[in-house]
Parts: sequence; C-alpha cells; structure tokens
Amino acid sequence: MNAAQPENPCREEELLAEVIARLIGDVRHVAVGNASPIPATAALLARARGKGRPYVSLLQSRKHNFFTEGGRELFDCAGQGRVDVFFLSGGEIDGEANINLVSVGDYTRPKVRFPGSFGAGYLYYVVPKLILFRTEHSRRTLVPTVTFVTAPGTSPENVYRPGGPIALVTSRCLFTFDRARRRFSLASVHPGYSVEDIIEHTGFEFDRPDLVPITMPPSPADLQLMREVVAPELAEIYPQFAAAVFGVRGRSSD
Amino acid sequence: MGQTMLFPLEEALAPIVDGCVLAVPREVAGAPMAATRALIRRKVRRLHLVAVPTSSLQADLLIGAGCVETLETSAVSLGEFGLAPRFTAAVIAGIVKMKEATCPALHAALQAAEKGTPFMSLRGLVGSDILEVRPDWKVIDNPFGQNDPIVLVPALKPDVALIHAPMADNIGNVWIGRQRELATMAHAAAKTVVTVETIYDGNLLADPVLAAGTLPGFYIETIAVATNGCWPLSLPDHYSADLEHLADYAQLAATPEGFARYLEQFVYERRAA
Repeated sequence: MNAAQPENPCREEELLAEVIARLIGDVRHVAVGNASPIPATAALLARARGKGRPYVSLLQSRKHNFFTEGGRELFDCAGQGRVDVFFLSGGEIDGEANINLVSVGDYTRPKVRFPGSFGAGYLYYVVPKLILFRTEHSRRTLVPTVTFVTAPGTSPENVYRPGGPIALVTSRCLFTFDRARRRFSLASVHPGYSVEDIIEHTGFEFDRPDLVPITMPPSPADLQLMREVVAPELAEIYPQFAAAVFGVRGRSSD
Repeated sequence: MGQTMLFPLEEALAPIVDGCVLAVPREVAGAPMAATRALIRRKVRRLHLVAVPTSSLQADLLIGAGCVETLETSAVSLGEFGLAPRFTAAVIAGIVKMKEATCPALHAALQAAEKGTPFMSLRGLVGSDILEVRPDWKVIDNPFGQNDPIVLVPALKPDVALIHAPMADNIGNVWIGRQRELATMAHAAAKTVVTVETIYDGNLLADPVLAAGTLPGFYIETIAVATNGCWPLSLPDHYSADLEHLADYAQLAATPEGFARYLEQFVYERRAA
C-alpha cells in the first residue's frame, strides 16, 4: 500500500491546470491572454487530450496563434461568438463576480494600481465560458465589493451579454458562478485545504453544499501529457514558468 | 523615386515632437526599443503616448524618464517579471494622466480613424467604471435595435505611429508580415516612423508573396535601420527577449535611484545592442 506514493507527486500548478482543462470542456476555440501560464497549460492540455481540438490561441505566442489580422482579430472573433473560452483574473474579485483590474482607491490618486483592463471590458461580456483564475486566495483579492468595476459579473437584461463568468479557480478551491443568482458556490476544495480555510480567506459570501468534495487530482496520463507535450510548448512564452514548474528550458522564438 | 526616406535613427525620429500623440505597438508586434532609447536621450517631453493596446518595458521607460504626460492604453505590465514599476509609481503619484482603455476599444478607435469615420461602435463596456473615467466614450441606444445600449468610441488619429519591422526596401515599403495592427496604426496616424532590422534589396511590392505583408511607402514618413532594434524585447520570428536583462530591469526600476542607474547605463551610455 505504501508503494502507492507516486514518483512525481502532482504540483499545485498541475492540479489547477487540470481543474481548468475540465472546465474548458468540449469546445471549438480557447483563447488565452497575457501573463496566464496556468490557463495556457490548461488550454494546451485540453488540446493534447483532444488530439488537436479545441483550437488554442495563446495571444503572446507565435506558434500557438493562428491570427493573421493583428491584435483586433481575437476581439472580432469573440464579438461574433467565435471564442468559446477565455480567462480573466482580477486584482480584486467580489461575490457578484465583478472584477477590478484597474486600481484601488480614488481613481485619480489610487492607493494601488494594477496593470489595467487588457481586454476585460469587452471579453467578459461576449465569451460564453469565461473562467476567472486567481492563485492568491485571500481577503485582499476576494473582496465583498470591488472598488473599480472594470467589468461587471452580470448585466441588466437589456444589455447585450452572451458571455460571462462560469467559475473561479484559486489556489485553494473551485467556485462555480450562478449568473441568475449572482453568487458563487463552492464546488470543490483542493487537497490540503478545508471548507473552514475557504471561509476564513474569502472576503465575500458564497453558497456551499452540505458536503463539499475534494478536488480530484490529475490522472497519471494527464500529468504525463502536461510534462511531456505541454511543457515544451509553454517554454516559448513562459520560459520562467516552464523552467520552474516543469524543468524545461526555453528555446528561441523561431 | 529620388527622395529617400532612409535616415540615421536620430533624424528619422524628427517627426516625434514634444507634446505629440504617439502610437506604439504592443510587445508581440515588435516594440521599437532602440528608437525609444533615442527619444529618451533627446529628452522628448509631454508625449500623449497611445500604447496599442498594451505595453511593457517601452511605456515604463518613457514614463520613468519623464517623457509622458498622458498615457492612453489598456494595460502596462512586465508580464512574467511583474508590475511595470515606473508606470505604477507614476499613476499612484498622479504624474501621468491616464486615459483608461480596453484592448478592442483602442483597435476600434484606430480603425475608425483609418476609415475616416468619426466613431466606431463596440460591444461590452456597459456597466464598467471605465466609462465613468472616459467621458469621451458615449453610450447610445442602438438605432437599429430596441432598448439596446451600445458604446461609441471616437476615432483616434495619432500624430505619429512609431513601429519596428523586419525589413524595408529602398523606396519606403515596409514588410510587417502578419503584424497587421501595424498597418492599422500606420493607416490611422498622420505620419509613420519606422525602424527596421535590415534593408531589402528590391521592391517588396513586386513579389506577391511579400506584398501581402507589406505596408506601402505611401504611408511612411521616415525609416531608420536599427539592427536588433527591439532589444531587450523580442522581435517575434527573429529573436527572443533578453530575459536576464529584463529581470535586472524589473529589479533596478523598483526604485527611482535604480531606474536612474539603468538609464545611465543602458540608455544614455548608448549601449550598442
């Protein structure tokens, strides 16, 4: 029985990527924005599992990016519903899935400044499966109410809104989002954490079933795909991440 | 075709005057870094910098060096190397006036300018606080629909677009490949200044394979050769980013003193990259 200890135990990044790959599901096109190595891992894992489908567009990549019309093509695609899955994070995320990527405090003299909205002010509305991803799970990031609504979690009925958040993945757990109720629900807790941990470190209220399952770790086959197929692909745009997590060295971008 | 557009770098940058609206591309499309360092050395001031639609080291350097009065963009970040420290400090100190955007809005505003039309409509944004800080963006009721609010962004016509490309020919045509946003920027801007890795021997428009990825000289004001001109950033398909240098930058630029040392060493010293 003791021999069951795996030779290469699953790393946190691998667990999160596999959770996200499951959320991606059976779709045609997954796009991944800047500075998102774990969602990129998930998208490439989904593609490796699907033997080439879904199409994956890593916006920073040359190889894993089929766009030929410049930066706007992704947004034009998304506007037509041709991007099924996208990922966003938030400096702050609140219980109604409003996200803040701009600043905290008075806008003209902020206390904290984040990089900015990137495409969130648009993609959050039009991509059907928008997955929120934020590794830091704390009361600093998961707040009761965001101070600057960079993009709202839900919209009034008359606002064109074919897309929006379906889930929030953090280093501690997976929340699903109910657009009608405008609330998160705790779907599973990652190994090593408890429901109490989640309550303690979450600044907003959320629903939860009486019995919250533990997040399933990736299968040995998935781990192998991530380490052998996905990791070298990642190294092109996330050399530091690929080296730190998978021990893979980056090659030049050609 | 007597008139040459080819100049030494400093002279090619002459159209970028103090106070102008300057559009620059995101890192993935090739950021003209040699030109950026030359502008800092020239002490260009009061730029309205439009980073299309985001920026990294380029905007951070220009802001830290005191060249930027207004910044119009969707985000500035050093990616894997974290927050852009000079951008962050300048916005918190209120030194730089922000015109907050979201990526497709900048693309749309430039497309309106390239079509010569006053505005473009765009989905999304309704209910975002970005609209609160962008009073020049309007929400109207879709005239072809019913009770359907939609955002309009005004055309954005930069005074100058500054881009970097793999090559240009002797008559001013510039090969941009599939970086089509560079074409949109050049179409929209009053003038376009280009740095290139190398000069192509021949007419880029004469070869149908190259012509499709070529920006005609018609749109171009000046060209300068700047070999390795994106360093320390990458020129996709040509060379990779200098990761060690970028890590050093992130560390140095965390303080004003460190940033000043960086400028001294890598910008004013005119390091041959």
